[in-house]
Amino acid sequence: MFRQSTLKSVLIAFTLFFAAYVSLPTILGPDRMKAITGMLPSFLVPKGAIKLGLDLRGGVHVMLETDKAGLSRDLVRQLQEDVRRVLRTERVAPTGGIVAQSRGVSFRVTDAAARTRILPKIQELSVPVSNAVLGNTGQRSLEVIDLGDGLIQLVITDAELNERIRRAVDQSIEIFRRRIDPEGVKEPSIQRQGLDRIVVQVPGAQNSKEITDVLQPGKLEFRMVSEPGANPAEIETLPYTDEGGGTIQVERRVLVRGEDLTSAEPTFDQRTGEPVVSFRFNVKGAQAFAKVTTENVGKPFAIILDNKVISAPRIISPITQGQGQISGRFTVERANALSILLRSGALPASFTLVEERTVGAGLGADSIDAAVVASIVSLVAVSIFTLATYGVFGIIALVALTVNFMLLIALMALLGSTLTLPGIAGIVLTLAIAVDSNVLIYERIREEQAAGRSAISSLDSGFTRALATILDANITSFLASAILYLVGTGAVKGFAVTTSLGIATTIFTAFTLTRMMVAAWYRWFKPKSVPI
Amino acid sequence: MKLLRLVPDNTRFGFMRFRRVSFPLSALLSIVSVVTFLWLGMNVGIDFKGGTVVELQARGDRANIAQVRETASGLNLGDVEVQEFGSPREVILRVGLQEGGDAAQAQVVTKLRNAFEAAYEFRRVEVVGPRVSQELVQNGTIGVLLAIMVILVYLWFRYEWQFAVGAVIATMHDLVLTIGFYAVTQIQFDQTSIAAILTIIGYSLNDTVVVYDRVRELLRKYKKIGLHELLDLSMNSTLSRTVITSITAILALIALAIFGGDTIQGFCLAMLFGIVVGTYSSIFVAAPILIYLGVRVGEGVGAAAGNADKAINSGATK
Repeated sequence: MFRQSTLKSVLIAFTLFFAAYVSLPTILGPDRMKAITGMLPSFLVPKGAIKLGLDLRGGVHVMLETDKAGLSRDLVRQLQEDVRRVLRTERVAPTGGIVAQSRGVSFRVTDAAARTRILPKIQELSVPVSNAVLGNTGQRSLEVIDLGDGLIQLVITDAELNERIRRAVDQSIEIFRRRIDPEGVKEPSIQRQGLDRIVVQVPGAQNSKEITDVLQPGKLEFRMVSEPGANPAEIETLPYTDEGGGTIQVERRVLVRGEDLTSAEPTFDQRTGEPVVSFRFNVKGAQAFAKVTTENVGKPFAIILDNKVISAPRIISPITQGQGQISGRFTVERANALSILLRSGALPASFTLVEERTVGAGLGADSIDAAVVASIVSLVAVSIFTLATYGVFGIIALVALTVNFMLLIALMALLGSTLTLPGIAGIVLTLAIAVDSNVLIYERIREEQAAGRSAISSLDSGFTRALATILDANITSFLASAILYLVGTGAVKGFAVTTSLGIATTIFTAFTLTRMMVAAWYRWFKPKSVPI
Repeated sequence: MKLLRLVPDNTRFGFMRFRRVSFPLSALLSIVSVVTFLWLGMNVGIDFKGGTVVELQARGDRANIAQVRETASGLNLGDVEVQEFGSPREVILRVGLQEGGDAAQAQVVTKLRNAFEAAYEFRRVEVVGPRVSQELVQNGTIGVLLAIMVILVYLWFRYEWQFAVGAVIATMHDLVLTIGFYAVTQIQFDQTSIAAILTIIGYSLNDTVVVYDRVRELLRKYKKIGLHELLDLSMNSTLSRTVITSITAILALIALAIFGGDTIQGFCLAMLFGIVVGTYSSIFVAAPILIYLGVRVGEGVGAAAGNADKAINSGATK
């Protein structure tokens, strides 16, 4: 055992050197790192320090969920339109209209000849569902069921609904990115979770409201305020947020939509000085808007955002230049958020906030300070105890411990993992695991010596036997950590990462470095007995 | 230099005989845990029941708790729990799950911000909706059960079945007592508690495996000693390691609990308890139970394991 091959020693030394090199940016911090960077050619400078979790650096974490019911309602409405169009072109009138259901539509065509004529056309509405990952899934978007008695039902398939949700979430992620970080400086992390959720993390943000404000759908519509005596089927009542609230009746018909905006900027109204959002239409929008305002001079129209009427100004004169402004008793922040919303386009679905965790930068800094103090105190306590128990072998254990710590940091930096507060607790616990491996070895050596073996023989069998136990014991702990990683979320995952990596580095140091150091100690002193 | 020797070299404690005390003691503690859990329940945090937690720091010298309580109860948010937290400047507000689902839930923070933003800094805000909290409960339960099962299977392959069963009984013992600890102390039970429980399970098993390793080794070595005596010998020869390792872990955790800040204090206290219980259960539950599970000297050691032992011996004498 103690005649270790040179190649092995070189490999171990190389690993340690590499680990020290990789952990440099984390240990030194960005400022001191920069001082060194100046002296070295850039390809020699290690990159990638361990990232701090939101609980340590402060920031906002929110989880949003797609409104699936709303999305499927939209799909049903669209399907209703599609069916209506087909029937109209074929000049077939369904008995009792086209009835919307929770996941599809149904209609009745009593005339058998007309039914056979339209059925193939209706079938054409069902298209193959294709998927960005798998390509063609082999499934179709609709199921057409002939219920007999002239009744035909169209059901939106699960494949289609899921694909729509997936697409809506993907588009929304892109839109969120533009809205949250228009200047590209905040390093937000915006990721899909599962099928229908999005996790948004913005480091450094202090108030979740600045985030949730821009997560609104942002669906802008211009419609007319309904006049007395209008057909009740063509109007609807919406909440009114201007002039003291209440509700207001508007026409269902949409004159111009937010898609037709080319720009939106926060400005101030020149007369009142109130914050407003000024906008400009594209050609199509400008023409439609000019037509409406010319025909309706003197009448009020409604500016509707996400199904709430934010203002209902009267048309004073035709607006033909395709520009205008939206007022609605905004604060400066609100006008700013609204213009970002309008610029980035409407979300294809609406979202509900299902989880929020915000940590102020002050608390984060306090947590780091506390964690650093706690780590140092525990390190000192463990060091004193180890030295008192094992003397010179205690020093070897502490060197192994330090190397362990460095390897752990290097691994985390290489894997790009995030350090959280529970993660720091995990590191401190790793300390105990690492010391345990040395304890197992030393106690075994002590026993072997007590059984009457010579120094070299005790060392040898002490290592061999203890290593088997170390392996067995750590594999069970590793399994527990690995499962924690699989089921845990957020900060807890950080704990699982540090403990499982810590177990791996512990096994490595116990098998290589500790052994090497003990061997070197023996060769140097050639003791008759082991002082343990 | 005189080295610290916590366990004298020739310690001969009668661990097996002590089971007449330790088994009833464990049974009693387990019953107390279950009863307290059923009677008091746990102080379940918003991770698992949903709701809102807000930590405020007064912009002035100290927080006016009475005033915060009054303002909060006027916000129409149902029961609001207001407590001093850490220092006199800090207050923690706990608001229950709102009726009206996730949307109503998201409004709570807005209302609180409007009410307190002027006089208090919002240090931490956590909102967990009803569905997310249900999922977290599910994931946590699945995680703990999965961990126990996977480890059971591993030990079963690695040792004989009696050892796997013994280890699982000892682990369940630790699990029950830890849950009892949460019920008795009313320390908040949240996501990090699941991490604590899994770590306690990991630590306790680690300890049990070290003891079992020695039992297996001695079973192969001495074919003539009775099981009772052999188990005692195993416990005593690993006792020094057991004590030293526990003390190291306990030292590290005490430092974390005192200096690590309020956020991880509960976590550290639970771990401290778990390490004491885990160490106790390896010696006084996991080992003595082997007597009842029918491990016999000279049996229960596979041929392959015997060969491995030979290999270790020959390796040692080189």
